[in-house]
Amino acid sequence: MQLSTRHLLGIKDLTAGDISLILQTAEQFKEVLQRPVKKVPSLRDIVVVNLFFENSTRTRISFELAEKRLSADTVNFTASASSVSKGETLLDTVNNILSMKVDMVVMRHSASGAPHFLAQHIPAAIINAGDGINEHPTQGLLDAFSIREKLGALEGKKVAIIGDIMHSRVAQSNIYLLKKMGAEVTVCGPPTLIPRHIEEAFGINVSYDLKETLQWCDVANVLRIQLERQNQVLFSSLREYNLAYGISRSLLDSLHKEIVIMHPGPINRGVELDSDVADSKQSIILQQVENGVAVRMAVLYLLANRNN
Amino acid sequence: MKSILSGQQISITIRRLAHQILENETDTSGTVLIGLQPRGVFLSDRIVEAMHQEFPGINVTYGKLDITFYRDDVRKALHIANETDIPFSVEGKKVVLIDDVLYKGRTIRAALDALLAFGRPAKVELCVLIDRRFSREFPIQPNYVGKSIDSIVSQKVRVFWNEKDGKDEVALLEE
Repeated sequence: MQLSTRHLLGIKDLTAGDISLILQTAEQFKEVLQRPVKKVPSLRDIVVVNLFFENSTRTRISFELAEKRLSADTVNFTASASSVSKGETLLDTVNNILSMKVDMVVMRHSASGAPHFLAQHIPAAIINAGDGINEHPTQGLLDAFSIREKLGALEGKKVAIIGDIMHSRVAQSNIYLLKKMGAEVTVCGPPTLIPRHIEEAFGINVSYDLKETLQWCDVANVLRIQLERQNQVLFSSLREYNLAYGISRSLLDSLHKEIVIMHPGPINRGVELDSDVADSKQSIILQQVENGVAVRMAVLYLLANRNN
Repeated sequence: MKSILSGQQISITIRRLAHQILENETDTSGTVLIGLQPRGVFLSDRIVEAMHQEFPGINVTYGKLDITFYRDDVRKALHIANETDIPFSVEGKKVVLIDDVLYKGRTIRAALDALLAFGRPAKVELCVLIDRRFSREFPIQPNYVGKSIDSIVSQKVRVFWNEKDGKDEVALLEE
């Protein structure tokens, strides 16, 4: 048994078997992270380069920790402090790094499809750490891991994805994954932030009514309003967004049941989530971050094996 | 397929192994037993059960260890990891590692490495049901042996457990 793919470019390319294998392996790595010595020697002969062409806190630290816990050697690269600012192309940059014998590349890039382009041109294994508005597969996997841990399964669970669906790679990876694993998905947000025909394209539900959606779901995965990717005005103000689609304590208390609140971070407090919701017992936001390391360890471990 | 141990012989052997482990350490407070995943755990479960049957009220500290992430052939073949359950420190304890078959010694080498993540044991011993003599690739010898056998590389030792395979038996298979 092994992964069906050499790279992790998106959840779109994974089979349900791949996803189960990653989640199952991540469970064992989560146990490793509870040990007094939280490190295993599995990837001691592997060199990983973390190429971040776009800002990141969580994902970058999480990948770096995952690599170190697996005993891999890591090299970090930040676009702003590199020759990219002198005009070097993506392929030249990566080929130069690979000539120093690197086995795996973790890449975040603002252009959708950048890791897919690299995968066609270089021999190393590529892990997509977020490409433009396309996919963020390890976030999708860690969200699924967190839901499974909290609710016991993915199949048959009702998951609402709320907010800026249009610009969200997290939403896309989550939708692919949840559909492959048999969960039901509803996306909810203002009509200007939900792509048209998304229902037919993915086989999911669309709702513009936040309260109705929360009433329906077991889990609400709340997304950040991505002001940096919006080049036109899609809603009139953050305050108006908060009033229509922000999740407040009083809204949650008015539901008949207790739902699980998730957020991929970083949170805009007071916009999509109020502080007393983000910090409440219903929220598993910090568990998501903790699980991220175990899930990324599983992905690195399984791909290192696949690429030999 | 040649039978090496029958179900009845296995049960007698397991009771002997339980006695031998306790014989060396009647006060069990400083001893921990650790079964190796996946198939050593069937043996360790039985040994712990036998200890409780023979000496009611005995206090046995018992855990399960998966060595997948410590293997030296990680890049050659993918092994699926199993659960590790060691909710205690092995610092200063006598650890008895338990596995079904000792062959090349590579699993035990990985287990010794993995064990150090849980503390510095005072002493580590090894208990196996079957010792395939003269086939070691590491300087590793067991302290407690169910049965020693001589076998050649083309042969395979298979331990069947009732819980998993529907019968208790140890057999030698010719490839």
